[in-house]
Amino acid sequence: MEYLSIFVKGIFIENMIFAYFLGMCSYLAVSKTVKTANGLGLAVIFVLGITVPINYLLENYVLKEGALAWLDPSFVEIDLSFLSFIMFIAVIASMVQLVEMIVEKFAPALYGALGIFLPLIAVNCSILGGALFMQDRQYPSIGEATVFGLGSGVGWWLAIVAIAAIREKIRYSNVPAPLKGLGITFIITGLMGMAFMSFMGIEI
Amino acid sequence: MSSENTSAVMTKKTSLFSKQNRRLLSDPLDDSNPITVQVLGICSALAITVQVQQAVIMSLAVLFVMIGGNVIISLLRNMIPDRIRIIVQLVIVASLVIIVDQVLKAFQPDISEKLSVFVGLIITNCIIMGRLEAFALANKPGPSFFDAIGNAMGYAWILLAVSVVREVFGSGAISLPGMGQVKFLPTNWFISEGGLYENNNLMILPPMALITVGIIIWVQRSRNQTLIEEN
Amino acid sequence: MAINKNSTAYTFAFSIVMVIVVGTSLAYTSLSLKGRQDANAADKKMMDILGAIGELADRGNASVLFTEYVVERISIDGSGRQIASANSVVDPKDKEDPFSIEVKKDYRAKIKSAVKKADGDAQALEEALASSTLEFPLYRCLKNDTTIYVVPVVGSGLWGPIWGYIALEEDMTVYGATFDHKTETPGLGAEIREGFFTEKFKGKKLNTAGPLLFSILKGGALTDEYSVDGITGGTITSKGVDEMMNRTLAVYLRYFESQIRSQK
Repeated sequence: MEYLSIFVKGIFIENMIFAYFLGMCSYLAVSKTVKTANGLGLAVIFVLGITVPINYLLENYVLKEGALAWLDPSFVEIDLSFLSFIMFIAVIASMVQLVEMIVEKFAPALYGALGIFLPLIAVNCSILGGALFMQDRQYPSIGEATVFGLGSGVGWWLAIVAIAAIREKIRYSNVPAPLKGLGITFIITGLMGMAFMSFMGIEI
Repeated sequence: MSSENTSAVMTKKTSLFSKQNRRLLSDPLDDSNPITVQVLGICSALAITVQVQQAVIMSLAVLFVMIGGNVIISLLRNMIPDRIRIIVQLVIVASLVIIVDQVLKAFQPDISEKLSVFVGLIITNCIIMGRLEAFALANKPGPSFFDAIGNAMGYAWILLAVSVVREVFGSGAISLPGMGQVKFLPTNWFISEGGLYENNNLMILPPMALITVGIIIWVQRSRNQTLIEEN
Repeated sequence: MAINKNSTAYTFAFSIVMVIVVGTSLAYTSLSLKGRQDANAADKKMMDILGAIGELADRGNASVLFTEYVVERISIDGSGRQIASANSVVDPKDKEDPFSIEVKKDYRAKIKSAVKKADGDAQALEEALASSTLEFPLYRCLKNDTTIYVVPVVGSGLWGPIWGYIALEEDMTVYGATFDHKTETPGLGAEIREGFFTEKFKGKKLNTAGPLLFSILKGGALTDEYSVDGITGGTITSKGVDEMMNRTLAVYLRYFESQIRSQK
């Protein structure tokens, strides 16, 4: 129940794109065709699903105040949370690198589909955003944190695939010249955001 | 990104406020605006534009991180090993952001709480990494400094414009740092007090940030036809 | 440059120097600002406590008003026995001071799992809390010569944590209440922080005879002096308020009862 609630919330209500605008840079740049959008979206799900739980462990066993107590009870006073930004981004950058190498070695087909997108992802705000939201909301267990990561990833994937499909079609429409490309994408995203807001009232 | 002004500055020595330096400052405000033209740094730009006050603080934070990052990277540009270039940039930006975050928590706790995770997200603000990679790594500290100010200002004015629109129509007021919310409509104009005016709550919600930016792009590109895209 | 900056040795040396410089400067910044940040957090807590007794404070005057109204800070254990008491000036660094008990942290770390385990069985939950090592803070205030106790409560809403402060008079009449949340649905559950909801608590009483001390009813139901209307459409958040009030106040009630007995 708890898991389902976090998952649904990540996809529809606290959608990374529509509610927090995270990962907008790549969302706008890579949403011209559905095929590439799909690839990037899947890569985001993948990376969020891996980095959020790792950062969760890091946060709860290293960084948080008193988190080092498992090493030695005298460390209970230590609070390293001021280092969290730098640690999270380091984990993300290195995980992306590692995942890229592993996927290339063991799953060449998957690498063909995701490969070129993985390096882009290290600087995608939604990945760091996932880690920071995880820290902010203080999920009680690693299971919840993982589900949150996956849910946010799926929400992001849904958003980019939807906008890419619309952009493929809108090419044939008569959009006012100054709005072409970027402008109309912003406005459509806004309208989609409004539609997604109707999910706000649901309770699970 | 903007290779033309990069090379222009590299070619000859420039004095302070020379033509090139002025271009470094003015270009990002319009022709190569980081948000509306280069499409960088949008992530953090939209979420914190509900109040002018938050937008101002966020812009100042980005200004600080950009100047710091650009100048430091530019000073170190001959020392940084190529292989770990990106990591070095990330570490420097992340450290600057941590400093900003700690200072905000200490001196502006209420705003820090409202900005929540978005201060941290300055790290992945693509404008900063983009400018470090495209400009500071190849230029002297002086021009890098101006480039940082120019780009941060280009980011700031969009943020301010969006937040003014959203707060004026959404809350009927403007909040400025140190002054609190300044209401400019008499209270008895509001429906709740028997008047005819009501705030448009939609403006406070996330989608209107996107639409406002869309309209700013529309206005900018109608004035400057060269920026219009193919499709 | 004489040094080959792409050699492995140079890269390593550079990284090490960078880590040392960055680490030292960050640790220095963090340590030098820590005191101020803690003071800010303490001010915020004081503002919330004062809010429950109807005193609006800002960061500037929070600590002054706090010393003026809050006469004693008490900590009690899970079965209602007093552990410590303090009435000196608040020192956020003093771990013994009941003021430094972090109820939100305790809730997350220990109480939440106990609530889940008890699964609605109030008796089991009571026993679990009584046998735990948890400490519960209580603030005794004096306003216009009336004694008011302020009790912090923490619980779970629909999406995340909710918390608040309940101010009680000595005869268990609710003097005031404030609630807050982080992630409840705007327009529905999020309304618990609004005045129209908290106003309803004023003048209500705790039903010390039981079985429930206080109830938040489904929106629109008839209320008596021991209950208030919940928020229409915010059912789960309202239930969360109900749960956290009953669970927490049950612990404090034992303390209040022992106080009254000792006075007699």
